[in-house]
Amino acid sequence: MATVPHLDFERDIVDLQTQIDQLLGLADRKGIDVSQELDVLRGKLQTLKEDTYRNLTPMEQVQVARHPSRPYALDYVQRVFTDWMELHGDRAYRDDEAIVGGWARLGDQTVMLIGQQKGRDMKENLRRNFGMPHPEGYRKALRLMRQAEKFGRPVITLIDTPGAYPGIGSEERGIAEAIAFNLREMARLRVPLVSVVIGEGMSGGALGLGVTDRIIMMEHSIYSVISPEGCAAILWRSAEHREKAATALRLTSKDLLSLGVCDRVIPEPVGGAHSDWDETARTVKTALVEIIAELSALSHEDLLTQRWAKYDSMGAWKESDGSTGS
Amino acid sequence: MAWFRKDKQPLKAQDRRDLPADVFDKCDGCGEILYREKLSQNLNVCPHCGHHFGIGAQDYIDILLDAGSFREMDAGMRSGDPLEFRDLKPYTDRIAAAEAKGRNEAVRSGVGTLDGIEVALAVMDFGFVGGSMGSVVGEKIARAGRAALERGIPFLIVTASGGARMQEGIYSLMQMAKTSALLARLHEAGLPFVSILTNPTTGGVTASFAMLGDVNLAEPGALIGFAGPRVIEETIRQELPRGFQRAEFLLEHGMVDQVVDRRVLKSTVARFLRHTFAGWRPES
Ligand SMILES: [Zn+2]
Repeated sequence: MATVPHLDFERDIVDLQTQIDQLLGLADRKGIDVSQELDVLRGKLQTLKEDTYRNLTPMEQVQVARHPSRPYALDYVQRVFTDWMELHGDRAYRDDEAIVGGWARLGDQTVMLIGQQKGRDMKENLRRNFGMPHPEGYRKALRLMRQAEKFGRPVITLIDTPGAYPGIGSEERGIAEAIAFNLREMARLRVPLVSVVIGEGMSGGALGLGVTDRIIMMEHSIYSVISPEGCAAILWRSAEHREKAATALRLTSKDLLSLGVCDRVIPEPVGGAHSDWDETARTVKTALVEIIAELSALSHEDLLTQRWAKYDSMGAWKESDGSTGS
Repeated sequence: MAWFRKDKQPLKAQDRRDLPADVFDKCDGCGEILYREKLSQNLNVCPHCGHHFGIGAQDYIDILLDAGSFREMDAGMRSGDPLEFRDLKPYTDRIAAAEAKGRNEAVRSGVGTLDGIEVALAVMDFGFVGGSMGSVVGEKIARAGRAALERGIPFLIVTASGGARMQEGIYSLMQMAKTSALLARLHEAGLPFVSILTNPTTGGVTASFAMLGDVNLAEPGALIGFAGPRVIEETIRQELPRGFQRAEFLLEHGMVDQVVDRRVLKSTVARFLRHTFAGWRPES
C-alpha cells in the first residue's frame, strides 16, 4: 500500500490513510478503544477514494496506469496463477527480461503466460529495461506461443510497456520485423489467445503481444497508438500539452470499450489496483477463468473465423458512396 | 547534361534560383542539375549517382504494372473522424487540406498485370499526411489483400510512411493487426506477398506488412526503421552511425532480401513471381 503520495490527486488519500495508521498505533500502545473514530475516518477515506477515482481526467488515468506501486506481470503471476514455470530465451540471441513467459495454472487449466515486466526499483529496471522489449523479447514470446499451440494450451498475455525499445541494437536486430511477425503469427495461432492490458499499452510494442481473441483492459489501464507526451510533442509541438493529447487520444479503458476495440473491462478496487493487489488479483482470476472457458469451447475453425472477423472490422471510414464503414 | 559538367563543380543551390524550377531538378545525392524530362524517363533515378528521387503512387503503378492494366479499387474511400480529434487544428481540416491537393488517401489499390501475371497491388503515398496509416489505409490494403486471396493471385505493396495516423488513435494502431491478420490468411493460402520498401518507411507500417514479405525489396538509400532516428538519438543520447536505417544497412542486418534499383524493380518482382508462383502452374 502506498505510504508516499506519488500522484498529486492522491495526497489527501495518503494523508487520511496516515491518520488511520497513527490512530491504530496509538490504540495499540495505549490500549484504548478508537473503533468509533476509526469508522469515521475509514468512511471518509472510502468516500474520498470513490470520488477521486470516479472523476479521474484522462491524464490522471495515465498516471494511475503508470503508478510505481501498480501490480506488474509477475505480481499477477504470484496471485492469479499457480505452479509457475518460467522459460527463458529466444534460442537465437539472448533472454530479454523485459518479457517474461512460461507455464502456469489458472484454476485447473494450464496456460502459457507471457507478460511485459517492469522493474520495481532502479536495479531491476536496468535488468528489465523499464519494460521496453528488444526484438528477442518478441521472438521469445512467439516461441512460447508456438509451444502452447503444440500442446493445445491457451495463451494469456499481460501487456504493460511504454513501448518497444528505440535503440541501435533493437533496430539492427529487426524490432519492426519481430513485432510484425508476431502480429501475423498470432493471427493464425490455433489456440485461444487472451490479452490483458494491466498498465500502459503503448504502441506497436504493446500490440506485439496483443493480437488476441479477447482484448481485456484493467479499469485504470490505458492503450494507445502513442504516449500522450509523444503525441503532444508532435501535434502540439510541446510535450507540455500532454493533458490535451491524453484526452484527444481516447486511451482509457472506457474509451476503448466504446470504440469496440476492448472486449471487457475488469474493475479495480476503489483507489486503483495499487491499493489492493490481492483483491485485484481475485477479480482478474475470476474474469480469466470465465473467458478461457468460453474460448476453449470453440473449435479451431470458429476461433480463427471470429478472430479474423474481429480484426477485419477495426477502424472507421467513409465508403466511396458516402456511407460509413467499420 | 555534359554542358553542365564542363563547369566541373555542380551548380550551387543559390544558383538554382536562376534556373526554371519546372524544367530542372538538383540531385540530393550528387548535386548535379538534372533536366527533369530526362530524369523522368530514367524513372527519377539520377543517371550520375543512382540517387532515387521520391515519386508518387501513380508512378509506381506505371512502373510495376503493364500499361493500361490497372483497375483501381475503393478510389473514393475517405477518412472519417472517429475520435473527433483536434490538436492545433481539427483532423478534418488536415484531411481536407490533403484532399485539396488531389489525393484521396495515403494509399491506392487495385488489380492489374505485371509481365502478364495478374496481381493485386497497393501503393502508399507519402504525400498524403506523411503516408500515415489510418483506417482507410488499413481497410484498402486489407481489401486488396482479400482480392488477392479470392482470385488466388500474388499481392504487392509499395510502402512509404511516416507511421501511424495519430489522429485516429487506437484505430490507427489496430490497422497493423488488421493488415497482418489478412497477410496471415494469404500466407496460409500459399500466395506470394511482395513488400517493396521505399523512402521513408517507418513506424507501424514497418512493424506490420512492410516486413512481412515473402520477399522484402528495398529501394537504394531508403530510410527504413521502426523508431525514427531522432527518437533513437534522444533515447540513447549519442549520434547514430552513418547509413543507419538505410536500405543497405537493413540488407547487411538481414532484414531485406535485396536492395533493388527502381529501373529493374519490375523485372525483379516478375522473376520472383515466376519462381514462386506463375511458373508452377502449367500454362494452358
Ligand atoms: Zn545524383
